[in-house]
Formats: sequence, C-alpha cells, structure tokens
Amino acid sequence: METSIARFRGKDGTSALVRGVGYALIGLFALFCLLPFILVLGTSLTAEKTITLHGYNIWPRDFSTFAYKIVFENPDMIVGSYAVTLCITIVGTAVGLFVVAMTGYALQRPDFRSRNAISFLIYFTTLFQGGVVPFYIIMTQWFGLKDNYLSVLLPGLMTPFLVIMMKSFVRSIPHAITESAKMDGAGDFRIFLQLILPMTTPALATIGLFIAIGYWNEWYNAMLFLSPNMTYRPLQLFLYNVVTSADFVRNSSVASNIQPRDMPLESMKMATAVVATGPVILFYPLVQRFFIKGITVGAVKG
Amino acid sequence: MESVARTRANPKASSSLGSRMKLFWNDRTLLLMCLPAIAFFLVMSYLPMPGLYLAFVNFNYTDGMFRSPFVGFDNFQFLIHSGTLWKLTFNTVAYNLAFILFGNALQILIAVLLNELRTKWFKKLTQSLLFLPYFISFVLVGLIAYNILSYDYGLLNSLLKTMGMDPIQTYSNPKIWPYIIVVTYLWQSTGYGSIVYFAAIMGLDSEILEAAEIDGANALQRIRYIVLPWLKPTFIILLLFSLGGILRGNFGLIYNLVGANNSVLFNSTDIIETYVFRTLVNNFNFPLGSAVSLYQSIFGFIIVVSANWFMRKVSPDNTLF
Repeated sequence: METSIARFRGKDGTSALVRGVGYALIGLFALFCLLPFILVLGTSLTAEKTITLHGYNIWPRDFSTFAYKIVFENPDMIVGSYAVTLCITIVGTAVGLFVVAMTGYALQRPDFRSRNAISFLIYFTTLFQGGVVPFYIIMTQWFGLKDNYLSVLLPGLMTPFLVIMMKSFVRSIPHAITESAKMDGAGDFRIFLQLILPMTTPALATIGLFIAIGYWNEWYNAMLFLSPNMTYRPLQLFLYNVVTSADFVRNSSVASNIQPRDMPLESMKMATAVVATGPVILFYPLVQRFFIKGITVGAVKG
Repeated sequence: MESVARTRANPKASSSLGSRMKLFWNDRTLLLMCLPAIAFFLVMSYLPMPGLYLAFVNFNYTDGMFRSPFVGFDNFQFLIHSGTLWKLTFNTVAYNLAFILFGNALQILIAVLLNELRTKWFKKLTQSLLFLPYFISFVLVGLIAYNILSYDYGLLNSLLKTMGMDPIQTYSNPKIWPYIIVVTYLWQSTGYGSIVYFAAIMGLDSEILEAAEIDGANALQRIRYIVLPWLKPTFIILLLFSLGGILRGNFGLIYNLVGANNSVLFNSTDIIETYVFRTLVNNFNFPLGSAVSLYQSIFGFIIVVSANWFMRKVSPDNTLF
C-alpha cells in the first residue's frame, strides 16, 4: 500500500511545496521534542561552577561527572527507590494485565448477557467521580494504606480505557473459535487461558506496556499516600523530592562529607532525572511500536 | 459503547426471575472472570462517590464523614461568593479549550503532512521523536520547564542575555503562564494525537488517492477534499471525549509546572484539581474540596450527556454511547 501511494504521488509544483513544508515543519517539531532531553543530559554532565556562571546549556561547556558521583556516592536511597518502583511495576503489571485481559475477553463475548451492564459500570467511572478527598479518606482511614506501597500499587492496576482497548483487540478474534472450543467441551476460563490468551500476545504487550509505563511514571498516589519519613520512595517521588526540597541535598552532603555550598545542586537534580528516566528512554525504541498499535486500535474505535 | 448491530442470543429469555437466575448461572464463569475488575471499580471509583456528601457538612475528625453537622449549601455559597468557583471553572475550561483547539489543529496538520512525506526513515524517526515526550513523568516535565525558565540559570534567560535583552522573572509573572502551559501541553501530547490521526489516514483506501492523483488533483486538493473529510469522524469522537472532560483539568501538568505553593501564579494557573488538592493537603478543608468535586462531576456529566445527545441529532454514527 505504502509503495503504490508513493509511486503516484506528487509530481506537480503544489504537491512538492506541501512536501517541502512537511519536511521542514515535522523536522523542526521533532527537534523541539528532542532538545529538552538533551538539555537535561547536558546539564547533568556540566560542572556546577559553569552552570552558576553561564546557566543551563545544551552542550556541556565544561564536562564533569561529579553530579553522578554524588548521586551514586550514597547509592542506598536511589537503589532502594529503584527496587520499590521495579517491584511495584512488575507485580502491578502482571496482576493488572491478567485482570484486564480476562475482563476484556468476557465483555466482548456476544453470548455474555451481562456484558453491556458491566461495560457501562466500568465506563461510567469516567463520567462521574467522587474526587480525591473521599478517595483519600477511604484509602487512609478505612483501608489504613497510609505509608503502604499498596496505595500506589492498587489504583494503577487498570483504567476503563485499557479495558475498552482490550475489548476491541479481542473482538478481532473470530467468535467461532470460542464456539467450537465450547462444542468440544472446554469451559470459558479454559478457552480464555489456553486459546485466546496466546492469540492476543501483541495486545497483551501493548496493554502491559501502558500499565508498566503508568507505574514507572507514577508520582501522584505516592505523593498523596507515602509520607516523607518513608525511607524508600518510588522513583518519581524521589526525583520530585530531590527537585523540590533542600533537605535531600543537606542529607547527601552530610553523607558524602562535602560542604553544602560545594554541592552540585543543579547538576545533581538533572543527574537524578537522567537516572530515573534512563530505562524508559533506553527501552523506548524497542517498545514504541506496541504503543502505536495500541493507540491505533484502542483510541479510534471505542 | 457496544455496537448495537450485535445480535442478542435470545431476546425473550428474561421473562421470569427463575429463568433470569438460570441465565446468570449459565454465564457464571464469565461473570466470575469479570469479578476482579468489577471489585476494582467498585472500590476505587464507586466507594468514594457517597463521600461527596462531605460537600454538605462542616467536617470534624471526631464525627467523621457522615456524622459531622449538616450545613446544606453553605460550602457552595462560600465558593460562589468568594469568586473561587467561577475562577476555577474559567481556568479549567479555558485551558481545556486551548488544549483541544490547538492540540487537534497541530495533530491533524502533522498527521496530514506526515502522510505526504516519502522518505521512510525520516517518517519513522520523526514519529518516534514526536512520541517521546509522552513517555516521561510529569515530574520530569516540570524539571525540564524549570531548566528552561529559571531566572538565574534558565536557557531562556541565557538566550535573552546573549541577545542583549533583559532576563524575565518567569516564576513570578502570572501573565505568561497560560502560554507556557499550553506550549508544554502541545510538546507532550502532539505526538500521541498525531499518531491517532495518522492511523486513521492509513485506513483510507489508497486507490481513492491514486484516482484523484491521476485526475490531476494536487496535494492541497487531495488533503482538502479527501483526507480532511475522511478524518472528520475521528475528530468528532475525540472532540466528544475531550468535551466530556472539559471540567477535568490536567493536574499532573499544571501542578508540576507551577509548583505546589507558588500562589503568585494561582490567578492564571489554578484549576479545579489543584484547588481540591490544596484543600486536602494544605488547608485540610475537606468539605470545600468535596463541594468543588461534586460541582465538577455533576456539570461534567451534564456536558457529556448533552454533547452526546446533540451528536445523535446531528450525526447518529458518531456518538459515544
């Protein structure tokens, strides 16, 4: 399809002009999207003295890895944060993905009578919400989840959007497969587990990645429910604290025997950001096609 | 949400209670499979809903959520008389309208142009780069903005100084924040949206474009008369979705850009979510926060239902439910 379009397209002047504008505009916008990342990386590798003198810069004028040295001088905090985030991400993604897949399969079965009612029950939560205040009270007072990692794990398990996306994915598998398996005497759960699940691996990859990226970037529930006296905070909350509070810098200056005024405050924020975001950026080229697939299937057809 | 055309297995089946129970029994495995998700949404989304009753009480910790003294609409009256409710509504809606308007325009423009390009590696590379900001946390978005806007070290002021101009005090100037917030939003979400539109264009039968080409239509004419009309249904669905959320602000973005306590900027940056969050975390004024949330949910709901009703009148194929 791609090649046949290309062969025919644009031999006249106007088309060439449109194409030229396209290359320029998209190229510029792509650069605009990329530059801030290079700015963060560049600043994290610049000597603090240069930052205070010349400000942040895209290219490090005066290369220094001192900030990274300080960040890893006292690796306990950052390694702990990594471990917490990694555990929450793995457990949450595994559980969430299984539940979303199971629900998505059941809800698209045309012979499942309650599917519309349950679909509406799930969809309605996007229309009407209780707000953060009652949610906070219930999580802390009723369930006692203050300072408990479950308060970060549980809310991120699934979203209505992901259930709907899974539904549209599974719908592309012919219902005849389910029917013939039923005829052979297989139960619904067994059909899902042994027949449908292996056929939906691209969908599972997409939805799993959506859940995983949500957990990796999660800071809101962490900020709400985990108080600063917790030793190991999820990665993004840790980054938030490094960026916004002076306490952290004071603590690490004590730990690393450096005078507070000599601490590479600005470059350290950026170094922590690089360390916290690195894995996402590294995995990004490998996983982005799954996201593109998910958006294509999930967003257009509700 | 469910396609209407799907045939029901047996329309007459739910005649009596007994046969209905039997049908539930027949579906028991499928029902059980849905149970974890149902439990999840009941606990996470439905359980907090009755808590909106807080909007009508004068909350104290000893009496708790449902035994604190009832004060009727006092909390709402306070919010209206102090002008808070109007300001929050205005900011939230104005930001969302700007996001919808500029966001969709830019996304469609990029998707349409992307479709005109021929160099495959260029398309792939730029698509990846455009999509990249979508994957990072709002904390990092806030940090990047600080990187650029900070008075002492920011890139913006470095540039201004090298050009011989005076540096700007960004973080104490509320007037420029609407621009900063909208630009940051576009930076982060254009890639995502343009992929949605680009995917829709890919669904267009290429023979139609080829035929137009042979008949002598240039790129602009093809875009104007074929591609854009083709994108209309996608645009309408996305528009309906975003109109439904017009009273729901982008908390993560604005909170991390503006900062938790920079009240100098609140006049132009405070939205419903950031206000409710402060009532919870800083002032412990739970009733005011809940009153705003209740107002938000009820009006948001009315807006979705009427938008959907309107669409059903105008073009019945493009409704949400």
